[in-house]
Amino acid sequence: MTEKWHEKKISRRSMLKMTGIGAAGAIIGASGFGGVMKVMSDEPLIKEDNASSINKYDFYNTHQPGIITPVQTHIYFASLTILFKDAKTLQNVLQLWTPMIVSLMNGEEITPSTNGYIPPIDTGEAIGLDARHCTVTVGISASLFNKIPELESKQPKELQDLPHFPKDQLDPAYTGGDICIQACADDPQVAFHAVRNLVRVASGKVEVHWAQAGFNSFPKGGGTPRNLFAFKDGTENPQITDKEDLKRVVWVQPGESKAWLTNGTYLAVRRIQMHLETWDRTAFHEQENTFGRHRDSGAPLGSKREFDQVDITAKDENGELLMPETSHVHLAKKVKARMLRRSYSYASGTMTKTGAHDAGLLFISFQKHPQQFIDIQNSFGRLDKLNEYITHRGSALFACFPGVEKGSYLGEALFK
Amino acid sequence: MNKKTIIATLLASGMLLAACTDKEEATKKDNTPQTEEKEQTKEAVDLTQELATYKAFALAQMDEFLLETEQFVTLFKENKIEEAKHLYPRARMYFERSEPIAESFGDLDPKIDGRLADIEEEGLGEEDWTGYHKLEYALWVDGKTEGYEAVADQLLADAKELHALVQTVDVTPDLMITGAVDLLNEVSTSKITGEEEIYSHTDLYDFKANIEGAEKIFEILKSKIHEKDPALVTTLEENFTTLDQLLAKYQEGEDGYVSYETLTEEDTKALSAAVNQLGEPLSQMGIIME
Repeated sequence: MTEKWHEKKISRRSMLKMTGIGAAGAIIGASGFGGVMKVMSDEPLIKEDNASSINKYDFYNTHQPGIITPVQTHIYFASLTILFKDAKTLQNVLQLWTPMIVSLMNGEEITPSTNGYIPPIDTGEAIGLDARHCTVTVGISASLFNKIPELESKQPKELQDLPHFPKDQLDPAYTGGDICIQACADDPQVAFHAVRNLVRVASGKVEVHWAQAGFNSFPKGGGTPRNLFAFKDGTENPQITDKEDLKRVVWVQPGESKAWLTNGTYLAVRRIQMHLETWDRTAFHEQENTFGRHRDSGAPLGSKREFDQVDITAKDENGELLMPETSHVHLAKKVKARMLRRSYSYASGTMTKTGAHDAGLLFISFQKHPQQFIDIQNSFGRLDKLNEYITHRGSALFACFPGVEKGSYLGEALFK
Repeated sequence: MNKKTIIATLLASGMLLAACTDKEEATKKDNTPQTEEKEQTKEAVDLTQELATYKAFALAQMDEFLLETEQFVTLFKENKIEEAKHLYPRARMYFERSEPIAESFGDLDPKIDGRLADIEEEGLGEEDWTGYHKLEYALWVDGKTEGYEAVADQLLADAKELHALVQTVDVTPDLMITGAVDLLNEVSTSKITGEEEIYSHTDLYDFKANIEGAEKIFEILKSKIHEKDPALVTTLEENFTTLDQLLAKYQEGEDGYVSYETLTEEDTKALSAAVNQLGEPLSQMGIIME
């Protein structure tokens, strides 16, 4: 099959004939489509960040958006299967997505339609909403490299399926995938709209393997959101303003991996079912011992404030550890490895077999090497008290491209 | 959606135009307002021949449908259960192929093709249920034709009425363009779930016929589509082939298909994906109206 759909050369004349030019011109004026867009056969469209958009994060940057971006209230995460085997099609899909993602992050309709005999180009459910801090983050997995032999030499050696962890009960329906699209926004419909349109435009090239919506709620005035066990999640994250720390923890530095991944990062995603029914019949004291933190303040056990230094060796007057050795925070802290967590809660009806809530955490972490996540997860191992209350049902690992420079497209360096 | 088409459309509309120089931009703004231009273009699209070809096709299908229904009713009333069972899915294929036209008559479609679930949804009871699916129930579940003679007679009467009515149908571009996508939507929503033929499990016959109906419309419009977008033709041809090959896996004998019950979840998912992948570019056929 020859892939020509992206590269079609259209003479300007015939193009003008195809859609009413007057209206299109007026649209540009009205919506402030700014930039110069190259429309050469082999070059992608260029679309610009619209500075006048409301509640907008910029797309063009050293790094992809949606990683150190302040956590939004909603996510729609999709893991896609590719239906092709060549690098060119991957490149075309990424070229096609790039300007669309800019539009989505601008909060603009992708392209208003003029022909009533075809379906609208933009599915439209975000019309009238502003950008709502929409971000779209794209990554690729080890299985993608397995399917595209041409790219074999580009696969970083650390990009492999995550190993099996103790107590994993992975469901194939929520595991793996070749490409991920993480769409986040301060609005569930905006996040979903982004994924829906990106998948739709690549119909026949990709299909959704699994997807999960999620949410976060923030206390008035900001602060760390709570998970469905009511504990604050993400307190120990590196400061997103500390550039040097982020280089140590999150961003792949030159020479640390394949060149195309420099300034990129690894996204580990786990769909973790939280057994709300058992948790809700657990004594409060036991709940706090399970996490190793005070629930309401978020402070480490024995401390007063959320951001007080965690000292896992601190003992009480009887010589007992303040933070039990089997507590979640103790085990996480024992490992030197760190990562940037960016998780969302989910509630998706009930488990058909048990009738229990199918609810939990769509755990997402960013780290410059998968080993950081693996070390922390291994430390939890069989010891983690939290294991009693959670089951890991889904898992995937993706290498997220670096950010895009104006004029380029997602993952361009992969094809050089 | 067909990728090439969308990029073409993206290019063709607002996004591209920013690339034009100011001079070009100025010229364009001076041009005739868009609405007028659109109307002019629309007038220029002449589908007379295509509409006539489609009408001839659909009417021929309805002829066959009536003949086969007549034969089916005869076999049924003669209590030739096995022969009636054999003809049942085959006769229905003519109806399913020309559904965009057959469906234009609101009352008759449910009388001929209504499922018990549809009837009940409308607040009616089993006694109001007529048509093919009731006879399907008689043949496959009840295992007898006795007591269903009146239903068989009614089916033939309704088929005759439909046949008379379709002769007057006004085939419009919309009927063809929307009809093709609707045929696929039929497959996506009821055939793929096995809800159409819950007793006989002959869903794959309807499936195949719906696809053939859509493909026929594509064939008729092909040269017009080619003028606008040759790559869309290629994509559609490839996607129809993919689906045909997928369906061929389930063929049984010369003109039959296996029971839908034998398909695994994986099988139906693959079929569903192929239908959706065909549906997106198929929905772009409307570019011929530009």
